[in-house]
Amino acid sequence: MKGHRKPLAVLALLFAVAVLTPHTTPFVLLLVTRILILAILAMSLDLLLGFTGIASLGHAAFLGLGAYMTAILAVRYNFGLGWGFPLVILFGSLLGAATAALFGLFALRARGVYFLMITLALSQCVWGLAYRWDSLTGGDNGLNLPGRPVLGVIRLGNDTAFFYLVFACFAVSLLALYLFVQSPFGKSLVGIREHEVRMRILGYNTWLHKYIVFVVSGAFGGLAGVLWAHVSSEVSPDDVTLATSVDVLLMVVLGGPGTLFGGVVGAAIVVFLREYLSTLVPWWQYVLGGAYVLAILYLPDGVLSIFRQRPPPLAAGPVSAEALTPSPGPGDELKINQGGIE
Amino acid sequence: MTNKWFRAVGLSVIVAASLWVPQALADELRIGFLAPATGSLAQIATDMTNGFRMYLDDHKGDFHGAKITFIVGDTEAKPAVAVLQAEKLIKQNHVNMLIGGVLASTGYALAPVSTREKTVYISSIPASDNLTQRDADKYPYFVRTGWTSSQPSHPFGEWACKHGYKKVVTIAADYAFGYEVVGGFQKTFEACGGKIIQKMWPPINTVDYSPYISSIKADADTVFILPVGAGTLQLPQQLMEAGIIPKMHLIGCGTSFDEFILPHMGDEVIGAISPLQWSAALQTPKAVAFVKEYRAKFGKVPSYFSESNYTTAMIIDAVMQETHGKWPGGEQFIKLLTALKVEAPRGPISFDDMRNPVQNIYIRQVEKKQMDGYPNAELWNVVIQTYPQVSQFWTFNEAEYLKEPSYTRDYPPCKYCE
Repeated sequence: MKGHRKPLAVLALLFAVAVLTPHTTPFVLLLVTRILILAILAMSLDLLLGFTGIASLGHAAFLGLGAYMTAILAVRYNFGLGWGFPLVILFGSLLGAATAALFGLFALRARGVYFLMITLALSQCVWGLAYRWDSLTGGDNGLNLPGRPVLGVIRLGNDTAFFYLVFACFAVSLLALYLFVQSPFGKSLVGIREHEVRMRILGYNTWLHKYIVFVVSGAFGGLAGVLWAHVSSEVSPDDVTLATSVDVLLMVVLGGPGTLFGGVVGAAIVVFLREYLSTLVPWWQYVLGGAYVLAILYLPDGVLSIFRQRPPPLAAGPVSAEALTPSPGPGDELKINQGGIE
Repeated sequence: MTNKWFRAVGLSVIVAASLWVPQALADELRIGFLAPATGSLAQIATDMTNGFRMYLDDHKGDFHGAKITFIVGDTEAKPAVAVLQAEKLIKQNHVNMLIGGVLASTGYALAPVSTREKTVYISSIPASDNLTQRDADKYPYFVRTGWTSSQPSHPFGEWACKHGYKKVVTIAADYAFGYEVVGGFQKTFEACGGKIIQKMWPPINTVDYSPYISSIKADADTVFILPVGAGTLQLPQQLMEAGIIPKMHLIGCGTSFDEFILPHMGDEVIGAISPLQWSAALQTPKAVAFVKEYRAKFGKVPSYFSESNYTTAMIIDAVMQETHGKWPGGEQFIKLLTALKVEAPRGPISFDDMRNPVQNIYIRQVEKKQMDGYPNAELWNVVIQTYPQVSQFWTFNEAEYLKEPSYTRDYPPCKYCE
């Protein structure tokens, strides 16, 4: 498969989504909006899980921080409901990045399951704050936003307008993250995933690389949070629970880790199976469970691997940078050589 | 390659099939019912749904010409899920109204949805005070057929003080409902001369209460309990094991000894006193008949969760009677509903101008005895005093009451705690 085909396919798919979604039912529109937001979060997690090889159970914290910041600014300070909204998006991303910068100092000292536990603990701290800091966060009641922002003639209270805003944020995130993982820096992350010691021997400051990617990941998590607050106009401690983190992890694993776009596919599958199927049949949970099991048994590299051919043998000459899918497997060593190391 | 495309096509067929939308029938009333069918509140969800269903079945799903389509959504007792379920019911199932929810937080999350989507939301259970008080103007499509958290607490505080309770320790779930129930009790109890000497707030779904129980102050004469979720059975048991019962009086929120859990409780709760707008031991003909039918149908004494939703169905039916089965539109529906006076199993109900019921509050004491010709001695909430037609503002001046802060963890402040 040629290298440029996949970005083209993705572009065509996105174009179709952008054009067709507003013509479906209002509920599907709402679901697609949610999917795109969760997809931003899933892609940001994929940076860690798929590309760098570190699994985090704390991604709900970044979503929660972005969402709570948006809600608190709107409810307590009446800010971000007009032209201040782009600033809120910026602040949300910065808050996510700043928090990740702080959390990273603790979490990145560990690896593997210990990293998992530390990120879990840190995100539980955020949950604790949300639940207990009544005067600021509304405690268990959460916060109700007074409405979506109005930007001049654009009223985001209109679900279609809001969908396009989310879509724009999603498209920009996808592009930015794509360029990020395609850069030499992105390739060095794959190197860390495959063999961190070797990377260190080659002179890379792997801790710093992981720290930077953690911060970037947090920034996009915060961005997703800002949008998340407005999609349901309600923020509660439930958004920050372990269940949210696990959901995102599942989306990445289901779609295909290390593919960026896999997170999008995973988010779509999980949200549609859970929210849409549940409207049709009462036994939807079995379908969801079945889908997880089947995916893990037959598509261990995620649903996107349906579209992927067998990894080319090592001797097959120069491996094209498989656009969106730097597949784990023999191809990786070569790609690292092409990208970061030389 | 063909194999790959084959799979891709298969995938898109599945996606397309899932986009199928159920068609709405003409001339019907579509009701979206939200209940936490999974999770620690599942029993409550069953009681709620059964209550509503019983009225539906009694009337063969027909409210004076309106054919009822009843669609249940599972909130999992999480506000965020409740919001999505509500959006789904409105946008996908095109319901005329939403009913239900349990936790106060769910009520707070759903009320804005009703405003945003201009869809009626009838809160049969969530009791969050402010939705029909300080925030009532924000939510014009919101109406309550249940109660406000502090509504039974106000008369109860006075009752407790007049009946010689002096120093009370409270153990209540750490969220809005707990704050409001305890706050209302504290307000009238202390105004009359009683003292709350200690307030403890274990989280929802606490299962082991021993750390809280061991720190109960020894000079208290009464413990006020309000557990929510998984630990509702454990708290009275652990109080007994620790010797607090029978040394101190046991009182609490009506839900602590409600019939959804009462049959599973032991002798430790005998004598416990609590207030609520319902008791299955009410001796009015309507209540007795309701309990009898419900018991025959579902093999269980109806809880307040059942009664409240049965009554909600009855109230909707009453509105439909006035419109001859036509959906009058959300605003008109609210107007008609709040002008109603109905005789429910719990007693007479009317509505105040903030869309909350004015109703009897019963002070009930748990007793073990035979009632209404049922064969065995069982635990019942025997009514020992009735406060007729209690409003959410009790005897306070409404305007002044609304100017005060809402009840929270720290309000009213605990003057007698050390």
